Amino acid sequence: MKLGGDHFGAAGRRLLPEGRIAGPMPWVIAIMMFLTVLAAALGLGLSSAAARLDANVGQRITVQLIEANPDARERQARAAEAVLRGFPGIVEVRRIADADLAEMLEPWLGAGGLEGDLPLPAMIDADLTPEAHRRIPAIRTALSRVAPSARVDDNAQWLAPLARLVAALKWLSAALVLLMVGATAATVVLAARAALDTHRSTIEVLHLMGATDLQVARLFQRRIALDALFGSLVGLVAAFGVLVLIGERVRALGSELLGAAELPISAWVILLLLPVAGVGLAMLVARWTILRALGRLL
Amino acid sequence: MNTAGTIVQFENVGLRYGTGAETLSDLSFSLRSGGFYFLTGPSGAGKTSLLKLLYLAQRPSRGLIRLFGEDIVTMPRKRLPGFRRRIGVVFQDFRLVPHLSAFDNIALPLRVAGVEERDLTTPVSEMLAWVGLADRSSARPATLSGGEQQRVAIARAVIARPELLVADEPTGNVDPEMALRLLHLFDALNKLGTTVVVATHDLHLLARIQRAEMLRLDRGQLADPTGALRNPPRRADA
Repeated sequence: MKLGGDHFGAAGRRLLPEGRIAGPMPWVIAIMMFLTVLAAALGLGLSSAAARLDANVGQRITVQLIEANPDARERQARAAEAVLRGFPGIVEVRRIADADLAEMLEPWLGAGGLEGDLPLPAMIDADLTPEAHRRIPAIRTALSRVAPSARVDDNAQWLAPLARLVAALKWLSAALVLLMVGATAATVVLAARAALDTHRSTIEVLHLMGATDLQVARLFQRRIALDALFGSLVGLVAAFGVLVLIGERVRALGSELLGAAELPISAWVILLLLPVAGVGLAMLVARWTILRALGRLL
Repeated sequence: MNTAGTIVQFENVGLRYGTGAETLSDLSFSLRSGGFYFLTGPSGAGKTSLLKLLYLAQRPSRGLIRLFGEDIVTMPRKRLPGFRRRIGVVFQDFRLVPHLSAFDNIALPLRVAGVEERDLTTPVSEMLAWVGLADRSSARPATLSGGEQQRVAIARAVIARPELLVADEPTGNVDPEMALRLLHLFDALNKLGTTVVVATHDLHLLARIQRAEMLRLDRGQLADPTGALRNPPRRADA
């Protein structure tokens, strides 16, 4: 007779009675996975938003030229634009068109609010390299020489509280994911112990016939992995449904800030891998629990 | 002491469960490789406990046990499965796996040993036929009679051709004809080299195997108070 190695073959799977998806474990894991995916999506979305905001706005300054005389304002604006373009580390300089300014102010002033002689400041956005961003005082000095009415706003200053909030929320979501991982592991430990108690007589017989701890552990590991896979997939599908729904609502709002939290492809891939990680975690925890319990037998 | 040809050796073995009195005391004997032994004694004498020591379900509280030439008292736990695979056990309560068919129950020791599925069918079917259960191959234990369950348990114990066969009251639930048949199976295995230890109350069985030696337990100690036992085993210190 040929020996197939230190494991039970396909027929060996029948050594534990069939009938999975019977206990509460798959459903508990489904709930855990649902919450884990949502928490992870929150963290990944916030990371993406933080990165986009930092890239789009964080390294940007806005120069306002507050001059009532339109000719002087225009002259200073051209001079300021020229200074900015010549400054080392300036990536891009954009003059904001008067029409765009008017559009921005329309919600406050109404459609006819700008038809009079209301003077508007000239505005210039400049994207900086991180090195140039550290030299904003020098930019201010250079601008003040050619445009005394120029006021330089560092976008990072008003973005900082938002960035801190986003960072705090990222850590919160990471903590939630870790808590879910812990809770899932605890669920698997309890399920593995319950399974051991249920099948104690079968395990004893297998042991007395010379089954190794690893052989017995593999039987339970496989069962628990199947339960975990089922629960994980249910949780993932439910969570994806919620994420798609929220995404549609956010897009309908048309908010640039909320839109920045859109999940990139890499984040979806990470979320898709969560059930795989969940099944792997369940298998490892089950194996550890069962080997520990079997180690107490002779 | 010459231990050549000795498969089991007990020296001053005692067994105590918890903090109670010793269930087995000062057991010293050896069993020859290829021998046939009956273990007798009244209920509660410690026969099942002695068998548990033999099939490695229990370690003694004191003393030395050598099995297949190795000290199994201090043996690391991870080495025990290899030794257990060399021992066939017929449990008094059968211990069949309830959700497995007769075929799968009998195939268990082979699957534990990693025998490939294509090599299982012939020996298991032959064994089923031998114990008269060829037509009950797919029956689960709950649908088998006590006698049929016992035959499945015996078939399971001998399927892997163990070097040591330990049977606890193996004929308790079968009719005299089947009991004799099973005893002949043990006898045949013994002639092939398997050492057989059968615990039994059945005095008729004792007379069936002429070459069998006997161990009599009384209140946890080996005893031969009348001196009338046939072929009492040599004491280990003899």
